[in-house]
Amino acid sequence: MKSILRFREFWLAAIVVVMVIATNLRAPGFAAPDKLAGIFNDTAMLMILALGQMAVILTRSIDLSMASNLALTGMIVALINAAFPGIPIPALMLFACLCGLALGAFNGVLIWLLNIPAIVVTLGTLTIYRGIIFLIAGGQWVNADKLSPAFVQYTRIEFLGLPALSWYAIVVAIAFFILMTRTSLGRAIYAVGVNPTASVYAGIDVGRTKFATFLISGLLSGFCGYLWVSRYVIGSVEVAKGYELTIIAACVIGGISISGGVGTVAGALLGALFLGVINSALPVINVSPFWQMAISGAAIILAVVLNARGEKRGSRLILREAEATS
Amino acid sequence: MTDTAHEARHIPDRLDSPARAALFSWPTLLLIVGVALFIINSMASPYFLSPWSLSDATFNFTEKAIIALAMALLIIAGEIDLSVASIIALASTAMGVALQFGVDVPGLVTIGILTGLICGIFNGFLVTGLGLPSIVVTIGTMSFFRGISYIVLGDQAFKGYPAGFDYFGQGYVWWVVSFEFALFLLFALLYYVLLHHTNFGRQVFTIGNNPVAARFSGVRVERIKFILFCLTGLMSGIAAVLLTSRLASTRPSIAVGWELEVVTMVVLGGVSILGGSGTIQGVVIAAFIMGLVTFGLGLLNVPGIVMSIFIGALLICVIALPILWARMRRRAAR
Repeated sequence: MKSILRFREFWLAAIVVVMVIATNLRAPGFAAPDKLAGIFNDTAMLMILALGQMAVILTRSIDLSMASNLALTGMIVALINAAFPGIPIPALMLFACLCGLALGAFNGVLIWLLNIPAIVVTLGTLTIYRGIIFLIAGGQWVNADKLSPAFVQYTRIEFLGLPALSWYAIVVAIAFFILMTRTSLGRAIYAVGVNPTASVYAGIDVGRTKFATFLISGLLSGFCGYLWVSRYVIGSVEVAKGYELTIIAACVIGGISISGGVGTVAGALLGALFLGVINSALPVINVSPFWQMAISGAAIILAVVLNARGEKRGSRLILREAEATS
Repeated sequence: MTDTAHEARHIPDRLDSPARAALFSWPTLLLIVGVALFIINSMASPYFLSPWSLSDATFNFTEKAIIALAMALLIIAGEIDLSVASIIALASTAMGVALQFGVDVPGLVTIGILTGLICGIFNGFLVTGLGLPSIVVTIGTMSFFRGISYIVLGDQAFKGYPAGFDYFGQGYVWWVVSFEFALFLLFALLYYVLLHHTNFGRQVFTIGNNPVAARFSGVRVERIKFILFCLTGLMSGIAAVLLTSRLASTRPSIAVGWELEVVTMVVLGGVSILGGSGTIQGVVIAAFIMGLVTFGLGLLNVPGIVMSIFIGALLICVIALPILWARMRRRAAR
C-alpha cells in the first residue's frame, strides 16, 4: 500500500516538474531559482490551508468555512492593527491563531456533540462568518494606509533568501508531517477515516478526533487570515471569496481521498503546488488568465478519475457516515 | 465494507397515529416558522402586504427553488451536485453565443435547456459511469463549466436579447402571478407526484437508505442516479433561461454562489444530507421561508450579506434544535 502511495506522489511531482520545464521552453527564465521561489511563496498560504483541510477530509468530513474563517480573522486582526498600531505583531499573529481556533471550535462542537454532518455545519458557518465581517467592519475596507508597516513586513522579511511567508509554510508542513506520522492523534485521524466503527472498538473517540481536526483547520485558517491581509495588504468582505473550493481542489489533486483515510502531507503540498504552478505559468505563456478556472476544474476531474483507479477499494460518499460515535 | 450496514435502526413498538405524526412533522414545523416570518414581516414593514410586492418577493427564489426540487431528489438518493450554479453560467453563455448567430427565441430556450441537460449527463456519467464520489466530481465540474464561460466571455457580457425573450423572467401569466412562479408551482406539483407517488420516487428513497439493499432488491441504482443528475442539469438549464431572461444579460459571474443556497434550501426543507429521507412539501416551504427572509429584510434595508447570516444561522438552528430537543426529551424520560 505504501509503495502505491509513494508512486502517486512521485507522479504528481513529476507532472509539476514537467510543467515547469515545458513552460520554461516557451518562456525562458521561468525556471530560474528566484522565479521558482516566487511561485513557492505565492503558493505558501494554499499549502498551509490544504494541510488543514487534509486533516479534516481524512476523517471523512469537509470544512467549507476555511476561507470565510480566514477572511473574518484577517479582518479582525486588521482592525485591531488599525486601531492599536502599538501591539507587537507576533502577539497579533498568536491572536489570529486563537481567533481561527475559536471559529473552528464552533464548527467542531456542532459536529462532535450534536452529530450534525460537517458539510451542513460548515455550509452554514461559511455564510455566517463572512456576514460577520460586514457587521464588524461596517462594509469598510482596511487598506494599506491604515495598517502599520510592521504588520505588512512580517510576511516579507527575507531569511536565507526566502521571504518569511515561505518559511511559515515550511514550518507548518514539517509540524504537520510530525503530527500525521509520529503522534497518536495523527494515527487516530487516519484510523477514523479508514474505518470509524473499527476505530471505536480500538478505543478512539471518533467525535473528539473530528473535533481536533476542525481545531487544526480553524487554527491554520486563522493564521492564514493574518498572512493574507499582510501579504495582499487588504482586509475586506471579499477576501478569499470562493477560496474554500480551491483548497479542496488542491487536496483532491494531491490524492487525498474525499472518502477519508487516504492522503499524505506530501500529496497536499504537491496538489497546492500544482495549482500554484498553473497560475504562474498561464500568464507567462500568454494564455488568458480566464482559462485558469476551466483548467483547474479539468485538473480536479482528471485527478479524481486517476485517484479512483489507483484506489483498490470502491469509493464511498463523504456524506454518509457510520453511526460509530455513540 | 458498507457504512450503512452498521447503522442501528430502532423500530418503535407502536407507531404514532398519522394525525400526530403529521402534526409534529418537519413541514409543519417549517410552516409555523414561515407563517411567523410572514406575520413579523407584515408588522415590520407597511409595504410588505401588497399583492405586487409579494409577487416581487417570489422573483428572489423561484429560479433557485426550481433547481432545489431536482436537487432534493438527488440528495435523497445520497448524491449531491455542487455544479448547478456553474451550469447556469454555461447555459446562459451558450444562449449568448447562439444570440450572436441570430438564433430566434424558441431556439435560444432550447439551447439553454439542452446545455443544462448535457452538463447533467456529463456529471451523471462521471459519477455513475466511472463510480466517482459526486461531491468531488461536481466541485471539479463547478470550476470547469464556469471556466468555459470565462474563456468564452472573459470580462465581456452578452446583451441585446430579443424582444419576447424577456417574457420568461419578467412576464406575468395572470395578474400578479409571474411566469417563473407559475412554472415553479407546476414543477413542484410534478416533483411531488414523482417523488411521493411513483415507483421511481420509492426507488430514490430506497437508494438513499441503503444502496446495497436497493441493488439486491432489483433497483437499478446507477441508472436512477444518472437520471437524477440529468434532471438536476435540466432544471439548471431551465433556471438559466429564466435568470438570463430576467437579467437580460449574460456575464460569466452569473449566479455565483447559488449552489450553496440551493443546498441550504434543500436541507432546510428537511431533506437529510445523509440521504434517504425528505419531502417536496418541505423543500417548497423552505423556498418560501428563504424568500420571505431575504425579501422582508430587504424591505427593512438590511444588506444582502447580513441576510446571509440569517440564512446560515437558520440552516444550523433548524437542524440543531430538533436534535437538542430530542436529546432533552430522552434525558427527561430517563
